[in-house]
Amino acid sequence: MEYLIDRRSGVATYVQIVEQTKRALRLGFLQPGEQLPTAREVVEATAINPNTVLKAYRELEREGLVDSRRGVGTFVRHSLGKPQAAADSVLHAELTDWMRRAHAAGLDREDAAALIASVLDAWFPVAPAASTAHRRTGDAV
Amino acid sequence: MSGASRSPGGRSGELARTTADRHPSGDVAVLEARGLGKRYRRRHALSDCSFRIPAGRVCGLVGPNGGGKSTLMELAAGLTRPTSGSITVFGEAPHTASARRRIAYLAQDKPLYSRFTIEETLRLGRELNPVWDQDNAERIVRQGELPLSVRVGSLSRGERTRVALAVALAKRPELLLLDEPMADVDPISRHQLTGVLMAEAAEHGITVLISSHVLGELDGICDFVLLLGAGRTRLAGDVDEILDRHRLLVGTDDAEDPLPEPDLHEVVEVRRTRRQVTALVRPRVPVADGWDVVEPAVEDVLMAYLRSPGATPLITSSARPVMTPHAER
Repeated sequence: MEYLIDRRSGVATYVQIVEQTKRALRLGFLQPGEQLPTAREVVEATAINPNTVLKAYRELEREGLVDSRRGVGTFVRHSLGKPQAAADSVLHAELTDWMRRAHAAGLDREDAAALIASVLDAWFPVAPAASTAHRRTGDAV
Repeated sequence: MSGASRSPGGRSGELARTTADRHPSGDVAVLEARGLGKRYRRRHALSDCSFRIPAGRVCGLVGPNGGGKSTLMELAAGLTRPTSGSITVFGEAPHTASARRRIAYLAQDKPLYSRFTIEETLRLGRELNPVWDQDNAERIVRQGELPLSVRVGSLSRGERTRVALAVALAKRPELLLLDEPMADVDPISRHQLTGVLMAEAAEHGITVLISSHVLGELDGICDFVLLLGAGRTRLAGDVDEILDRHRLLVGTDDAEDPLPEPDLHEVVEVRRTRRQVTALVRPRVPVADGWDVVEPAVEDVLMAYLRSPGATPLITSSARPVMTPHAER
């Protein structure tokens, strides 16, 4: 598991770690019993504050996805993966096929993303965010 | 955001014994200044400066030129003494031998002997320091593809920084003072050296005080900030809490509804462009409708305080020293 931190995304760094971990759990790249990288490994590669990593891991623990064993490490408890959504599933193959056709039709990355987002929103609507303040850019921790 | 969670066992207990006053937060201060002042002839580099930095934090030190940053570093390293007030490191005066063993200080000019090879430089460090992690020092040097046999005098400034940082970290300090460490370092080495620094902080629970003029350089690595201006503390505390206390209000510049209700919020800075007003405030009550309320980024807050020397200082509870009658004397 390697984290890619985008400092200009406007998404808090610890949220990026939480979301990338969940994505790995969904796609089956991380399996129950596997260990997450240590805080030292993450900060050495990404040059971010160690407390940010610990905060992300605490959040994953709070959601019941990982177990933190003192002095040993942080381990995956639950997979988020549904067999139907794994990287070798039929749905994955069909989506890959659709992507190939979109690419062949001359769509660029933004076109494809916009098209997916519009269909995604129609089938999986999200509740409006209740937060009073939104984040602007960057993030400290 | 407790730093204690990544302190190695035993060390925090030791700290607790040597620190005179218990802070309401229960954490332990590594660096503490109370009414600290330093006068050079006629000029006050620091005056009545008070703050504390809890153990395990990576603290960014920010301020204009002449704001007192380097003076504070020298006082914390025990190289000069205060002319008023006090500064303590692990509860002791910084110039004492026991305190200095626990501190590493990297000055802006990265003083190293130019005639020494890197190998001799590391050997000197090994001879001079009771604790010395030679393997780690060599690893950091090798990551920069520097041969140990090369003379320090022939290195670029960025390469000297790498060697100086290797020496500072090999001492296994508990408090690391870095005065503009990355100023001469290229972007790739900067990312890598920052990674090394953060990894050491994670593994050994080092408290770091790092100054920089490049605010973007501190964003992401600091969980605590200390902003000095005119020799005083203007902003100090945990980054999360400081961000939480501030809001950017963005609205139209409307004469009927002049912004930003100064009696309701502590106004740090107001900026006007053609029709738009942007104000950084510390809200005391919920912000009225009509404003777009944005949580600021660290850089927004630091820039606003730097541009507004008259803004009311903010020192959050974790950064406020316990003032005892003894300490105020």
